[in-house]
Amino acid sequence: MPRKILRLLALAPLALLLSGCKLVVMNPSGDVAVQQRDLIVASTVLMLLIIVPVMLLTVFFAWRYRQSNTKATYDPEWHHSTRLEVIIWAAPLAIIIVLGAMTWVSTHLLDPYRPLDRIDADRPVAEGTQPLLVEVVAMDWKWLFIYPEQGIATVNELAAPVDRPITFHITATSVMNALSIPAMAGMVYAMPGMQTKLHAVINKPGVYDGLSGNYSGAGFSDMRFKFHGLSNAEFDSWVENARASGNTLGRPEYLELERPSTREPVRRFASVAPDLYHAILNRCVDSAQMCMDEMMRVDARGSLGHAGTYNVATREGRDNGERGRGPAQTYVLAICTTSDPYGTRQTAAAEPTQQVN
Amino acid sequence: MAYQTAHNAPAGGKPAFYVTDGHEHVHAGDSTPLGFWVYLMSDCLIFAVLFATYGVLGRSYAAGPTGADLFDLSLVAINTAMLLFSSITYGFAMLAMEKGKKSAVLLWLGITGLFGLAFLGIELYEFHHLIHVGATPQRSAFLSAFFALVGTHGLHVTAGIIWLVTLMFQVRQRGLIAENRRRLMCLSMFWHFLDVVWIGVFSFVYLMGVLQ
Amino acid sequence: MTINPAEQTSFLFGRLTLEALPLHEPILVATFGAVVLGGLALVAALTYFKLWGYLWREWLTSVDHKRIGIMYIILALIMLLRGFADAIMMRLQQAIAFNGSEGYLPPHHYDQIFTAHGVIMIFFVAMPLVTGLMNLVVPLQIGARDVAFPFLNNFSFWMTAGGAVLVMMSLFIGEFAQTGWLAYAPLSGSDYSPWVGVDYYIWSLQVAGVGTLLSGVNLLATIVKMRAPGMTLMKMPVFTWTALCTNALIVASFPVLTAVLALLSLDRYVGTNFFTNDLGGNPMMYVNLIWIWGHPEVYILILPAFGVFSEVVSTFCRKRLFGYTSMVYATVVITILSYIVWLHHFFTMGSGASVNAFFGITTMIISIPTGAKIFNWLFTMYRGRIRYEVPMMWTVGFMLTFVVGGMTGVMLAVPPADFQFHNTLFLIAHFHNVIIGGVVFGMFAGIVYWFPKAFGYRLDPFWGKVSFWCWLIGFWVAFMPLYVLGLMGVTRRVSRFEDPSLQIWFIIAACGAGIIALGIAAFLMQLFVSFLKRDQLRDVTGDPWDGRTLEWSTSSPPPAYNFAFTPVIHSHDAWWDMKQRGHERPLQGYHPIHMPKNTGAGIILAGLSVAMGFALVWHIWWLVALTFVASIAGTIIHSFNYNRDFYIPAEEVAQTEGSRTRLLAGE
Repeated sequence: MPRKILRLLALAPLALLLSGCKLVVMNPSGDVAVQQRDLIVASTVLMLLIIVPVMLLTVFFAWRYRQSNTKATYDPEWHHSTRLEVIIWAAPLAIIIVLGAMTWVSTHLLDPYRPLDRIDADRPVAEGTQPLLVEVVAMDWKWLFIYPEQGIATVNELAAPVDRPITFHITATSVMNALSIPAMAGMVYAMPGMQTKLHAVINKPGVYDGLSGNYSGAGFSDMRFKFHGLSNAEFDSWVENARASGNTLGRPEYLELERPSTREPVRRFASVAPDLYHAILNRCVDSAQMCMDEMMRVDARGSLGHAGTYNVATREGRDNGERGRGPAQTYVLAICTTSDPYGTRQTAAAEPTQQVN
Repeated sequence: MAYQTAHNAPAGGKPAFYVTDGHEHVHAGDSTPLGFWVYLMSDCLIFAVLFATYGVLGRSYAAGPTGADLFDLSLVAINTAMLLFSSITYGFAMLAMEKGKKSAVLLWLGITGLFGLAFLGIELYEFHHLIHVGATPQRSAFLSAFFALVGTHGLHVTAGIIWLVTLMFQVRQRGLIAENRRRLMCLSMFWHFLDVVWIGVFSFVYLMGVLQ
Repeated sequence: MTINPAEQTSFLFGRLTLEALPLHEPILVATFGAVVLGGLALVAALTYFKLWGYLWREWLTSVDHKRIGIMYIILALIMLLRGFADAIMMRLQQAIAFNGSEGYLPPHHYDQIFTAHGVIMIFFVAMPLVTGLMNLVVPLQIGARDVAFPFLNNFSFWMTAGGAVLVMMSLFIGEFAQTGWLAYAPLSGSDYSPWVGVDYYIWSLQVAGVGTLLSGVNLLATIVKMRAPGMTLMKMPVFTWTALCTNALIVASFPVLTAVLALLSLDRYVGTNFFTNDLGGNPMMYVNLIWIWGHPEVYILILPAFGVFSEVVSTFCRKRLFGYTSMVYATVVITILSYIVWLHHFFTMGSGASVNAFFGITTMIISIPTGAKIFNWLFTMYRGRIRYEVPMMWTVGFMLTFVVGGMTGVMLAVPPADFQFHNTLFLIAHFHNVIIGGVVFGMFAGIVYWFPKAFGYRLDPFWGKVSFWCWLIGFWVAFMPLYVLGLMGVTRRVSRFEDPSLQIWFIIAACGAGIIALGIAAFLMQLFVSFLKRDQLRDVTGDPWDGRTLEWSTSSPPPAYNFAFTPVIHSHDAWWDMKQRGHERPLQGYHPIHMPKNTGAGIILAGLSVAMGFALVWHIWWLVALTFVASIAGTIIHSFNYNRDFYIPAEEVAQTEGSRTRLLAGE
């Protein structure tokens, strides 16, 4: 027995270490992450059903059939047993069938694109609840959060009221990133010119770590932000606080912000140009550039023919600091329409039939 | 299996464990047709990727010209005919090889090469024309994918022609010896393979591009 | 250092300038100095001992599959040192970059190091190890005299080595990619990575990729066409089976890598828009295409390791492999399934739930045949007589380590769980768990197992055991903390941290890396000590482990022609069967043996490819044109050489075999 105690003692520092560290994935504060945690635990337990016996058998056979143990049976020609073979294929198969069923169901239930139907295990989302919409832009190397409902925006700080479903619309300016707030929900990629979605909720007030989950270049390590889970009143005052800042985020300010930078301090904007997120997503904040949705509409109708060939311009290449400057970039020029003679207001409603080229 | 019966000679009750009669059971070049086939299949995968890329990007015109604006089907039809003819003439070269007629082989190879050159010439003319009207590979993802797919095929044809000319010299120098017959067969597979790929390019890129 | 690629280009040197030399980096200058001194010492030694001719005639131009296999393994071991140095630097950086400390590596360096580590370990350590072992062993196991295309084999090796040379050049001339080992676009496009790093990445992989693909074609044809009489597919040794599947995978996946890298280079060099953000490009397509290659690649590496374990376990348990048929089917099933799982590398991209669930479940299904394999090894041990020689220790270590990696792999395959684990250190821990615990352990087992076959003496078991225990313990100490850190939400590729509670785990992991370093040192020590003690460790029988497959039937090292008489196979453990039934080695009646001639064409063509890659990286267009024309001309000239083989006269065979007969008789 003393040997056992010794072994336990040897494990003590490990236990101490583990209790001292914050296993956020195993101890999350948002319902989505809680369900993901439960899935992790369930799948682990399911697999341990077979892993543990295999490991024990390996050790046992390795010891039992050692050369020096002449008492053990030795049967050099024994190499086949139909019954055993059926078992060794069937046992993993059975586990994978269970796990596969779990996977199919949970992947659909926890699809980040699916609106939430519960706030936590006991509370369904009430009829008619409007989720909080946050538009997320991963930039080099900072995060921009736009709250269209509140009309405000922040850099490197995210806040949301506890127990209110949140809908994230996610995009990026230059390269791939991933929005990751492990305490609330798993990560989703942020990609330029594309929009991904995440539905989640935070159940406990507190300050949580947010970060980028996909390497994006020199400033990647510093792409961190704090996510504040607040009570409704606190959230309202947080919004007020932003509104009081007096800063506005229009296209010129955005283009300034878009330049690569690291360790941006938290910034708050009292107002945001209403079509800014649409322009970011469609890569036309610079209004000389044709919006991608516009371009796709044009392409779907068979494009602009030869006339469109030369409807391009170039601009200076991107400055990557010590990593050098990129080559000059070509882009498609916005088309001017009768209602928008300078092509400066590309909106979703613009009709390509009105082109005069 | 023939070996097993031949060497299972139960003279002393023991089966034979070695081939002792000095016959090599594999000969140099035995594996070449298989190896070349495997290589062709891997090359086929490169084209598969390029076709898939074209499938994804083929409608991303970036508000620039489309296939319908750019492609001249009659020109491409002539081009296709050139390549198909070259396949036929290569077939004649192989028939001549079977009969051991060296000069006929050389003649048909020469004609095949000329058809191949005609194909390349027309393709280069087409590329030149496209670039001249501004439809460069840089203009849109559609054009990038188009030039990559058609251009890769064209590069293969170029390589095929260089190989063909080399082989003509070798046949002239050494005649239709086993090595050269093997090489002619490999090039034959390569040449017909390019024909098949081109039929894919013609239908998938040009026809569908114009019809869309 | 600010680099502006738009300026500073000259006709003669392209964009290569003196500023590209890292003269201001003391670490690099010192490393460069060491490399130069070491190189000079080697050159001097070779000259002094007059070994150049021997080296050129017997090794560099050799078309003997055994020598090429050995050269692959030497290349892998050299590159292992480089890749491992990168690992140690990362571990140190992450262990100290806390509390506002920047550590000692700025992002520009750190990002190159993790990229180079991944690229080198996969392409220039794991791949050459696998290819090297297959080259060395497969022809012997199937009773062949060489591979199907001996010249191509030599060329393939030199192309692989050429890729490694380009990677090493990037250390001292310019920079390497700072993109991660798969160089996701658009980060790897010219907008965000304008300088030479990604170009080095592209051309080193393209050059090496040609070698890998051709060697895949070669070994595939060899296994299909050159098996000795009587060796039906279901009598092939399991290692040969795994080699067959691996080479099928190589042939069916590497072209995808070639194509996707070619498209990326068109984007970078020509300005096309495949993977760009604007003008219709689609970066998600890059991610899909690269993983369509990348996932099979994982199985390319692990299958031969499975093959090694199968050989080792039955040899050292002195027992037939349990469930040979199901082992073969499991291998084939894994081969096929490996093509329909690639999307599990990016569940977080926002594909629909049904797509994610499909790829998650196909991934899990792979664990069924893999599990069956583990059971097969387990029941081979059952009722065996296990000799704990070093290869067997690696095998048991593998079985205990790999199942944990397999388990975490299945956890990662559950999409909602993957949303939490993706790109975290949990993922890093998982794939190191399977690659070190599977591939590396397997390759070490294979090297120790077949070393006596290649060199005629065994490796010293003491240092082998030290190496094994250091690797095993070091692995667990280095990577278990990474699992924990992953559960704490720490992502990969981060070079500095804020949360001080993470630091202790990084320190433990760094200690683990230190223990692995001891394991590598012990392995090198093992090679050195064994060389010194080679007379004591000498094996004259050719069959030091009482083996079961054909490679043990010939002498160690085998003669150039492998087998004086082609063996005839009656059972799947052919050599065991021959021993059981009392075969007699024929002592006369030798015939001349037809063999391929050595040639320098492979090394010359590969050298031209390296020069062309270098010129492309630096935009030295005249050199690109020159090397391109030269390599085409070289190929054509080589094709005019019809004099590629010769006969080893029967008397010489008789002499070689006669001396073996005397050795076997103990004279």
